[in-house]
Amino acid sequence: MSAQPLYVNDDDFFPSNDEHEKWTHAGYEMVVGLEVHVELATQTKLFSASPNRFGDEPNTNIDPVTLGLPGALPVLNRHAVELAMRLGLALNCTVQKSTFARKNYFYPDMPKAYQISQYDEPINADGWLDLPDGFRVGIERGHLEEDTGKSTHIGGAGGRIHGSDYSLIDFNRAGVPLVEIVTRPDIRHPEQAKAYVSELRSILVAVGASDAKMEEGSMRVDANVSVRKPGADFNTRCEIKNVNSVRSVGRAIEYEAKRQIALHEAGEPVIQQTRHWDENDGKTHTLRSKEDADDYRYFLEPDLVTVDPGPEWIERVRAELPPLPAERRAALSASSGQPANSEAVMQVVERDQDAYVLEVGTAANGGDVALALKHVKEAPDLSTVVPAGRLAALTAMESSGAVTATQAKTIVESMIAGEHERDPEAIAAALGFEAMDTSELESMVDAAIAEQPEAWAKFCAGEGKAMGALVGAVMKASKGQADGKAVTALLNQKKS
Amino acid sequence: MAGGAVEGVDSLDRVSDRISTADVSKVATLARLTLTDDELATATTELGAMLDHFAEIDALDLDGVEPMNNPTNLVNVMRDDVVGETLDRDEVLAAAPMAEDDRFRVPPIIGLDD
Amino acid sequence: MSNEIPEQATMIAEAVRFGTVSASQVLEEHLARIDTREAEIHAFNLVLADEARERAAEIDSIVAEGRDPGPLAGVPVALKDNLCTRGIPTTCSSKILGDWKPPYDATVVKRLSEAGAVAVGKTNLDEFAMGSSTENSAFGPTRNPHDTTRVPGGSSGGSAAAVAAGFAAISLGSDTGGSIRQPAALCGTVGVKPTYGAVSRLGLIAFGSSLDQIGPFTHTVDDAALTLEAISGHDPADSTSIERPPLDLRSKLMMGAAGLRVGRVTDLPAGASPDVQQRLDEAFDALAAAGAEIVDVEVPAFGYGLTAYYLIAPAEASSNLARFDGVRFGARTSAPDTNQMYMATRTDGFGAEVKRRIMLGTYALSAGYQEAYYGRAQKVRRLIANDFAAAYANVDVILTPASPTVAFEVGDKASDPLAMYLCDTYTIPSNLSGDPGMSVPFGTGDHGLPVGVQVLAPALQDHTMFRAAAELERYVQSQQEGALA
Ligand SMILES: [Mg+2]
Ligand SMILES: [Zn+2]
Repeated sequence: MSAQPLYVNDDDFFPSNDEHEKWTHAGYEMVVGLEVHVELATQTKLFSASPNRFGDEPNTNIDPVTLGLPGALPVLNRHAVELAMRLGLALNCTVQKSTFARKNYFYPDMPKAYQISQYDEPINADGWLDLPDGFRVGIERGHLEEDTGKSTHIGGAGGRIHGSDYSLIDFNRAGVPLVEIVTRPDIRHPEQAKAYVSELRSILVAVGASDAKMEEGSMRVDANVSVRKPGADFNTRCEIKNVNSVRSVGRAIEYEAKRQIALHEAGEPVIQQTRHWDENDGKTHTLRSKEDADDYRYFLEPDLVTVDPGPEWIERVRAELPPLPAERRAALSASSGQPANSEAVMQVVERDQDAYVLEVGTAANGGDVALALKHVKEAPDLSTVVPAGRLAALTAMESSGAVTATQAKTIVESMIAGEHERDPEAIAAALGFEAMDTSELESMVDAAIAEQPEAWAKFCAGEGKAMGALVGAVMKASKGQADGKAVTALLNQKKS
Repeated sequence: MAGGAVEGVDSLDRVSDRISTADVSKVATLARLTLTDDELATATTELGAMLDHFAEIDALDLDGVEPMNNPTNLVNVMRDDVVGETLDRDEVLAAAPMAEDDRFRVPPIIGLDD
Repeated sequence: MSNEIPEQATMIAEAVRFGTVSASQVLEEHLARIDTREAEIHAFNLVLADEARERAAEIDSIVAEGRDPGPLAGVPVALKDNLCTRGIPTTCSSKILGDWKPPYDATVVKRLSEAGAVAVGKTNLDEFAMGSSTENSAFGPTRNPHDTTRVPGGSSGGSAAAVAAGFAAISLGSDTGGSIRQPAALCGTVGVKPTYGAVSRLGLIAFGSSLDQIGPFTHTVDDAALTLEAISGHDPADSTSIERPPLDLRSKLMMGAAGLRVGRVTDLPAGASPDVQQRLDEAFDALAAAGAEIVDVEVPAFGYGLTAYYLIAPAEASSNLARFDGVRFGARTSAPDTNQMYMATRTDGFGAEVKRRIMLGTYALSAGYQEAYYGRAQKVRRLIANDFAAAYANVDVILTPASPTVAFEVGDKASDPLAMYLCDTYTIPSNLSGDPGMSVPFGTGDHGLPVGVQVLAPALQDHTMFRAAAELERYVQSQQEGALA
């Protein structure tokens, strides 16, 4: 569809992708591409002025365009275009002159019996998304189109379309702006698919393009799955629809790959078809076969004109882009010394708390970013309750040895519990967390050695495990106030 | 017409390719129209005659001609993202062929491509 | 007050504004004519007598209060029944719309109303504007007021007949391939298709979206100018609406033809009958006598217009008419499942010509054929637009016949779709190129029936087209006066 395919052979475009683990089963690998539909966070619909709002009373957000009434004409929402551009730029796409086409098909939730969608010329083309571990997923296109209404199936077996007595249609969602982001068939592991969806969601939220709630359907994932012997040509693929959580993305792909492998091994053909992921039984089921080939009769929408954002608009949108999750992880990683794809860095950025952590590092009282990261990761409420300056003070106390790690954790808990009006020094004092002087600590260490000669002997003989008993005794004697690091240092000192 | 049907134009992608009953039947299904056998035969003859006439454009050299989709050269016609008037639900549903529970009612959805 | 009711919209509006006649008097006169002749002509699907009386009274009270009733004050107007009117049935002369009442007014309907016009009814048309005789109506054919055994042309035949019969001073039609100009020619009225994008299409039930334009039928060129000035101008609700102020036409009508370069197409497609050709020749002579320069031009692709049009218009129509599916509005034929309901509703609801074009258009767009049919047609469309643009490098306007013949008899072409399609030979190219075109009554031909001469001009030169049309009209008037003298 896009003008110039980036690869002839999918394997050699991003050579570093080969360094990443591939899922394999019975000598086959999976080839996966994802199509993700996201609803844009506009006030109004793509082509009309009724509200784009989830959860309203049925058929209240309707107008002649939304209902496809005779004589109605679409007018494009500028903000939807701008949000699509933001997303495209965040995905390293070329933002380009684009046109709208009609995709003709009859379905009761599609009011005009055609969907207005970008076909030959999408607004975003040829980009990529780097996963946190460095795996690069090629993006073929990210085009604008309108959403459909919603059908509810009444009667029959539990709201299923098959066997229902009739259906009811709500057009509130019809005409809501969507961007459909289509990847190249680069994905080789269910975890990559999951990571892609998570990372895409983070980007969507970061640039303000969508709230990307899979549970509300504002982000919907379809997966194209095929399998092959490594290095062989692409095989027939199946499209899996209705995958509505990150976890399901991994499960559905793995199930479908194994299903196809079983078919290949049995010498049976894989039929190109659309399949439906059933969360309940953990299987994919035939939705419809592509044999009765769709004939959408695409042609340029005569009621709309070309959209050509031009360099000025594109550069303004680019300049206004907020830092993306990957950049933010890199910044936090650099300041904290933790790897960018470590759990702490990933989680804290995901929770939008990286700025808070970094603020600790630049606080006047010289906070420690690594310690702040640890505390914020463990206590998600910190950032909303405790000013960065106070956390900075605490990390300074901790890094200087004024309080131990255990004590610092207790102080964090009490700050969150409401003691945050007091500064950490005051809380430490109130809790009796005084840093011990060295002579006091040394006498406690000596006492522990005296009490446990066997452990001491083992420790001196190089059995590291024996240290635990000695440190534990000191901690007990100090009622937890001793700094574990200082105790270890003293023990090592005495051994030599 | 100025051109008239041209002899010797021989290409599979040309207008002069004849339409078959099967083509017309497939087209009717795509367009959601039912044709009796008689209507199908008549439609095939009529469409065939029209396509014969339209074959005059097979003679034209159209290589490099930019297709014309619309007379306007307008670009970037857009509106602000501001909520406007909506239709009254009850009025709209009252005019619908069938409605129930604030929604449009249709018979069971089977036999449709999704 | 004098009960001399003028025929022309310009004069009616002036009289109403000055209080020499009331809008109500004007209306009653027109309603009386409808009472007398509508049964034999069938111009209307719906006469809005009550609504019109209310509106006329409103205009009269505005005048009485000394407020401005607008440039079309009290002018009775008939609206083609494919223009949406709020709360008033809009049928496209099709069964499939049932008793649908649009929840909104077309932009042109709103603008006419704001200008003080009084809507007297919704006029008959070929179903969904597909036809050239107004015989393809689910509600029966319209007859030509000049000879009721003959067709009024189409698809806006009801609107043409309404003006020709004096049921309304002006009417609106839509022109996708000639649907204003051809019936105007056959009924002896002025009929204008303005530049594509000059008049908003919002609320016009689409046939071929890239070809459709709304325009007026009137008794005079000046009336057409007045009406177009009222309905044209940018509409932000139509993305293809040109961002310009309303057309400025009336100020150009007295400029005369001196210095005007008038094109005669030397390779004009054959088909015009001798009587029509004779009138066209006379029109060239009339303009030459008025000081115009007649210039021969070539438009080689002219003749391919019909083919390009009958692939493009049905293709767009097949998509535009897909929304008539029995789900949200209009008629439904019930069936056990939704797909069968679609089939039954559309099979029962659409007439034969509409089905024929939907199938042709679906075929032209379908997988495997789109490149050959729709794709090639769009390239031919470009050739035609280019050829006209080249011709307009040397001329200001071009004259052609509006219709190949005078009005034909009801039933004459009903069984031969291609013969019917040939009625649009001369009007189609300007829909493809988006250029303006108009038919000006220019005497009579065979059987004493009206002949129209078509004036064509490049896009946005509507005013030049009107300048030439006004000169043709002056010639016709001087001939009539001469004959009377
Ligand atoms: Mg898709
Ligand atoms: Zn899509």
